[in-house]
Formats: sequence, C-alpha cells, structure tokens
Amino acid sequence: MAQATFEEISASDFFYRNRDIAGFTNPTRAIFAAIRELVENSLDAAESIKVPPDIYVRLSFEGEASEETQIYKLRVEDNGCGVPPRYIPSAFGQVLYSSKYKLKQQRGTFGLGGKMAILYGQITTHEPATIISSTSPLSKIYMYKLMIDIQRNRPIILDRKVLLNKEGWRGTIVEFSLEGDYLRAMPKILEYFKQTAMVNPYANITFVDPKGRLYKFVRATTVMPDPPKETLPHPYGVDVELLQRLIQITPYNNMLEFLKNHFHRVGEITARKFLEFSEISPSKNPKKLTHEEVVRLAQMLKKFKEFLPPDASCLSPLGEELLKTGVLKELKPEFVAVHQRKPATYAGHPFIVEVAIAYGGEIPQRGGFVIYRFANRIPLLYDEASDVSVKVINAMNWRRYKVTPDMPIAIVVHICSTKVPYKTVGKEFIADRPEVRREIANGLREVARQLQRFLSRREHVDRERKRLGVFSKYLPRIAEFSTRLAGKEKPPDIEKLLRSVKRFGAEGV
Amino acid sequence: MEPKEFKSITEKRKEVLATLENFGLRIYEQMEKGIFPFIEMPSRSTENIYYDPKFRQFILGDKKVRRSTRNIRHLKPFAQLVWAALFSYELTSQRKTSTLRDVYYSAQAYEMTFKDQQESNNIITDLETILGFSREDFNIFPEERSAVFGDLTIRYTVPGYEGKTLNLTSHPDGVMIGPALTSAEFVETTADKVIAIEKGGLFTRFIEENVHKKFNAILVLTAGQAPRATRHFIRRLNRELGLPVYIFTDGDPWGMHIAMVIISGSANAAHLRDLTTPDAKWSGVWATDIVKYKLPTDPLDEIDMKRLYELQKDPRYKEDPLWQREIRTFMKIKRKAEQEAFSRYGLTYIVDEYLPAKLEETK
Repeated sequence: MAQATFEEISASDFFYRNRDIAGFTNPTRAIFAAIRELVENSLDAAESIKVPPDIYVRLSFEGEASEETQIYKLRVEDNGCGVPPRYIPSAFGQVLYSSKYKLKQQRGTFGLGGKMAILYGQITTHEPATIISSTSPLSKIYMYKLMIDIQRNRPIILDRKVLLNKEGWRGTIVEFSLEGDYLRAMPKILEYFKQTAMVNPYANITFVDPKGRLYKFVRATTVMPDPPKETLPHPYGVDVELLQRLIQITPYNNMLEFLKNHFHRVGEITARKFLEFSEISPSKNPKKLTHEEVVRLAQMLKKFKEFLPPDASCLSPLGEELLKTGVLKELKPEFVAVHQRKPATYAGHPFIVEVAIAYGGEIPQRGGFVIYRFANRIPLLYDEASDVSVKVINAMNWRRYKVTPDMPIAIVVHICSTKVPYKTVGKEFIADRPEVRREIANGLREVARQLQRFLSRREHVDRERKRLGVFSKYLPRIAEFSTRLAGKEKPPDIEKLLRSVKRFGAEGV
Repeated sequence: MEPKEFKSITEKRKEVLATLENFGLRIYEQMEKGIFPFIEMPSRSTENIYYDPKFRQFILGDKKVRRSTRNIRHLKPFAQLVWAALFSYELTSQRKTSTLRDVYYSAQAYEMTFKDQQESNNIITDLETILGFSREDFNIFPEERSAVFGDLTIRYTVPGYEGKTLNLTSHPDGVMIGPALTSAEFVETTADKVIAIEKGGLFTRFIEENVHKKFNAILVLTAGQAPRATRHFIRRLNRELGLPVYIFTDGDPWGMHIAMVIISGSANAAHLRDLTTPDAKWSGVWATDIVKYKLPTDPLDEIDMKRLYELQKDPRYKEDPLWQREIRTFMKIKRKAEQEAFSRYGLTYIVDEYLPAKLEETK
C-alpha cells in the first residue's frame, strides 16, 4: 500500500505552482500582468496621498530566452506614498503581505499582484529585484536588492543602500527582469495604457517599450476623485471565516457591543432587533461562541431583513466630470454623455455604476459598438463576451434610441465596489448579477437618451445646413440667368433673400 | 390664333425673343423687390386636360400651378427653368438650333445639371407652357426625322442660307423636315393637296410612281407618329397654302391614331396650339377597307384590342361617326392590315386603284 505524503506548502510555493490563477498563464499574459499589477500599485500609492500620479514604465530588451520568448527588464517609477524602509523586504518579498486587508475600494485587493510579478521574474530569470523608495521629500532614499525564498515565503536581502535625497523625491521604483513575449503582448499592453489613461485622466503615464518607442498619456486635469473611506464589513457580506477573525481580535465581551462596533450601519436598535430575531442573548461573550453557533450567526446575519443598506462612502467612483474628461481625452469623440448611478448593493457589498456613451470624432465605425469595461478604475481587457456589461448592451433595444451598430459609438461601463463581483481570480470579467445588471441597464438608458437628443438635434442642424446650401446655390444662379435674359448690367441684390432664409432657418433650430 | 400663324418667320422670332426677355425681366424685378421669384402656369396634370370641340384639340383648363423659389423643392427646377429660357434665348437670337438631347448636355457647361433626359425634357415642356410657344419656336428640335417631297418652293431663313430657295422635288429621297425647313417660308406651289404617309417604303413607292405628279400632291412622310415639327409643317401647308390633307396609315388602331394626332393633337401638347390640322382626313387603311379589298391580314392581339377600347372612349374619336364605325369594325373582324398588303394585287395597284378611290371618298 502506497504511503500518502502530506507536506505543508508556503503561500509563495502555492502561487509558484498555481501561477495561472493570478494571470501569469503564459509569456504573453505574464508580461501584460506584470506591467498591469505594478502600474495599479503605483496609481494606488499616489492616490492614497492625493497626489496626481506620475508614472513611468520602461521595458527594455535584455536577451533571448527561447525561440519565442525574450528576457526583459521592467522598471516602474511612481510619485506615490513610498514604502517605509522596514516594510520594504516584506512588502515586495513576501506573498500575501499587504496593506490592503481593509474594506475600501482599491484597485488591488489581495496584495498579490506586485509580488506575483516579482516572483514570476525570479522564477524565469533567477535575478534579484531592485526596490527603491522614499516616503517623503525629507526622508532618505532606501534601496534594496531582494529575492524571495519560495519555500519559506521569506525575503532574502542581497543588498541594502541608503542614499541622500538631494532632490526631495518621494515615491517607489521597482525594477526586475522577467521572461515574456512583448511582441504578442504589445496590443493589449498599449490598449491597457490607453484605457487606464481614460479612467485616470489626472495621471501622467509614460511608457517606453523595448524598441525605444515612447508612449505618453498626459493628464487633462489635476482634479482627483475623493479617496474612499475605510469601512466596516456589512452584515450581509460576512462569512464564517471573517466572523472567526473578528471574534479573535474583538476587545468587546458582549454580542451587542460586538455587533455595534464591527459591522457597517449596525447601531443599538438594529443590533437589539437582530439579537432578538436570532435568539442570541445580547450579553453573550462572542469569544465563547461555539463553532456551530458562529456558523448559525453567519446564516442569521444573511436572513435578517432589517439591516440598513451599506452606504457608499467607502467607494470612490470617478464622477461624471472626470469620466467625461477621460473619455474626451482618449477617444476624442464629437459627443459624450456620462451618468453616475446612485449607490446600490449586491450581497451586502455597495457598488456604483458609471457609464458613458461617446459618438463620432475619432471613434472608429466598425459595425459594432466599441466597449470599454472598467472595475475600480482597472481596464478589463479579456473575456469581453462573458461580461455582464456586454450582455446588457447586447440585450438593449437600441433602435428605441435611434442608435444602430454601424454608428461610431463607444460605450464605457465602470463598476466600483469594495468587492467587484469578478467571475474569476484573473479579474477579467464581471459576473452577471441581477442587481449589477439593472444598474448598468438603467445607466445606459439614461446616456442613450442623451445621445438620441444629440443625434436628432444634429440631424436637424444638418437638414438646416443643407437647406441653406440649396438656397445659396440656386438663388445666385437664378439671379445670374435672369439678369442676362433681361439684358441687365448688374445682377439683382439677393442678399436680403438669403438673409431671410437664414433667419427663417435659425428659428427652426 | 389665326393672325399668329400668318406672321412671317422673322416676326415670330422677334416675338419669341421678346417673350423670353420679359420672362427674365419679371424674375429680375421680383428679386430686386426682395420677393422670392415665382411663376404661375397652367397645370398639365391629367385632371386639367380637356377636349375642346371648338379648337378640336386638347386644351388645358383653368387650374394653375405656382412655382416659388421660397419652396426648397422648387428651387432647383426653377433655376433649371430660367437657365433653359436663357439657353433658348441664346439659341434663337444667334439662330442656332439644338435638340432635347443637346439641351441635357449643354446644361453642364453652365454648371446646371439635370438628373436625366426626362428631367430636362420636362423643364423644356414647362417653358413651352409658360411662354405659349412650342420648343421648335425657340429652336429646340426633336431628333426624329420625317421628310417631304413635292412641287413646293421654299425660301430658307437660317443663317448662311437666308434667301436661298429650294424646290422640294430636287431630291428623289425627299427633303428632311428639320430646323431649316421648319423655319423656311413658302414661296409657291402647283400642288393642290397634301398626302401624308406613315411608312418610308410607301413614301418611296409613291415618289417612284410619280404620285406627286399624277395626283398633284405634296407627299409627307410622318415616319410613324408624326413629330411635332412635322405636325406643325402639315398645319402650315393646310393653313398657309390652303391645301387639303389626306393621311394614309396602316390599317390598325395605331395607324388610326397617327392620323388622329395630326388632326386633333395629343394630350401631351395640350399646352400648345398650332400643331393640329383639324380639317385633315384619314383616308385609310380603314377597317372597312380590309373587308372591302379582301386584304391579307394579321389577327389583332390583346394590346391592339385594349387600345381600341381606349380610343373608343377618347373624346377626339367622338367628333366624326367615321371613327366609331371603324373602331367597331376592327373589333368585329379582329384583324389588321398593313399598307403593304395591297401588294397582293401587284405593285402599282395601290397607286392606280386604291389611292384615287380613297381620295375621292374622303374629299
């Protein structure tokens, strides 16, 4: 009989073995994912201190790796909050170590992406990563050369330097080597930058690719959306695991205080009603709950109908003005309509849907709408067909709004939430939840109505212009012919007639 | 009506030019006054076309249409119309002639475009309606060609030939009824009648057989449905020279109608006068001739029959009982015969026997 062997694996080891789930499927996806994870960290870092982000990304060719893949060096610089020196090794060299275990809307959620990128680089090139950071213009600059001990999930510090900060710099620079296939990844990477610039119109983003080509996305505004506030979990969104953790850390020794202090929008009255509903004594010590009681508590929290819906202060939508700025800047349309829905919830998670519809200008006409999908200001570039937005767009009766697929139209859907309902860990598309679907549909209807108004107004103006054109084409001819026919020297004055046509035309508009 | 057609060709040209000038002046003055130029003309729609027994032709009723440049849909046709007037003025004053096809293409030189030939034809018809002159009067001729042969001396008025005379027997194929002949003045004739013939073959046969001498006649080839210039020419022969007109066509509803259009005109030309010859006679081939002369025939087909029913109700065919009788006979025998059918009795039979008999019968 074979002996089954059990071994404990570290978080690093787990992701090393299962890198698919974090988006590092193949050399093409890997290079895209690495850039994307680091850029998002940089955007978060700058926004957290309310500084308009300045991000510089350089990918340089290092050498051939195999027939189809090459070694590249990736460098990402930002002007964000920086990382205090003592946290640098863990923050960049230990998987699942993160500043992101609180509930507020952020781009990354697990603190996984950046480290996965470095881990992937180390696996494919065996080169250390260099991290340079300063947390304030007055502080020194710290430089670390790190590798990750994959089996033990610990950083290995190879070098550490402290530099003088003469220029008063603040921010973070990450540089490491990785294997990838840039040529294949290029279209998605460029699309990623363009779309990122669209929903972050207050950011400067510079990208230098391995061929030395420079792509520059210049900010169109310095106005930034209000940063999200941290919030407590809402009772409807709580599971057993989270309850266990809260019970472990709570300083309160009765259920009433436990509920009031650890949950979003639960006050004295609601807490008491709930405890009565679930037949739990208000004075019960949460730490004394048995495992079965915790499971029951989690179930009752979901069953109780009287919890107030979560408020949206923890969300940071882009806002109509910024969304409009971003769309105008990157798509250069002739017309844009934007709409932000009121906050809504699904399964206890607040979310806000923002939509935009853009028409004409530089938007291509290609027999279908161009659809841009975003979640927490991250562009979603893969699996478009499975996304809830696409399903809603396809199901809509566009003809009602005099809109046809052969028009040059782009549609933007942005969903922000403390927990975006992704269908997969790869964060590529959003699940079809009825609450989300309804919000997207209502938002689209609003902007579609605005587009319809624009189109019919434009049609009217067009018609007027054509009308004027006919008059100014034929009246002078009639004047000329009749002058010659009557044997007159100078043609009659038709300016008055033309003016009256214009006045008449203007009234119609 | 009467005085107009006895005016000399030169006088008529002056009148046409003055009318065109006035038309231009009217529009010019409207624009000077800050009015959107407009014109009014009799409607040519079918409900405004009436048969007038007095004139023995179709005329237009009182219904008017107004074309105003305030109306965007009228602007382009209006400009086309003023252009056509200017073009006609230039043609007439410079004594040049043109065709409908030519009008269509000439417009492009003035950066006026017509969608198609039909559109430019309609504009010319509008101009006829407004001015009360037919397009031949302002030197726009159709492309159809018909011919004339006989002892008639004419004097040309066209540039380069002004004053030259020609006797219409000078060419054995006949002389084409084109712009130059249409505008020519009649000098003298020994003929005492006009014989109009539908088909070229018979026209040539008549010349070969000296019909013009034997019957003292001017022969006119209509070449199917007579063009307006030819109808006008026949009218002039009738009115100016006082010659009776006899028409010979095929023995079928279509031939019958060729005769009718020469006599009483067409609905399409209801806006015009001077194209009809009300006293002209249809001399054959009648349906009753088919029976009487036992001519070789073809059966009337469905379209022929349908046409007969239409003609039966046509007011022009109610003028003279002859028409109704012939229509009924066609319907009864359900046969038709061509002019050539007389060849069964020998090549000269038609000239020696049939023609004199019919001329006598329809005198």
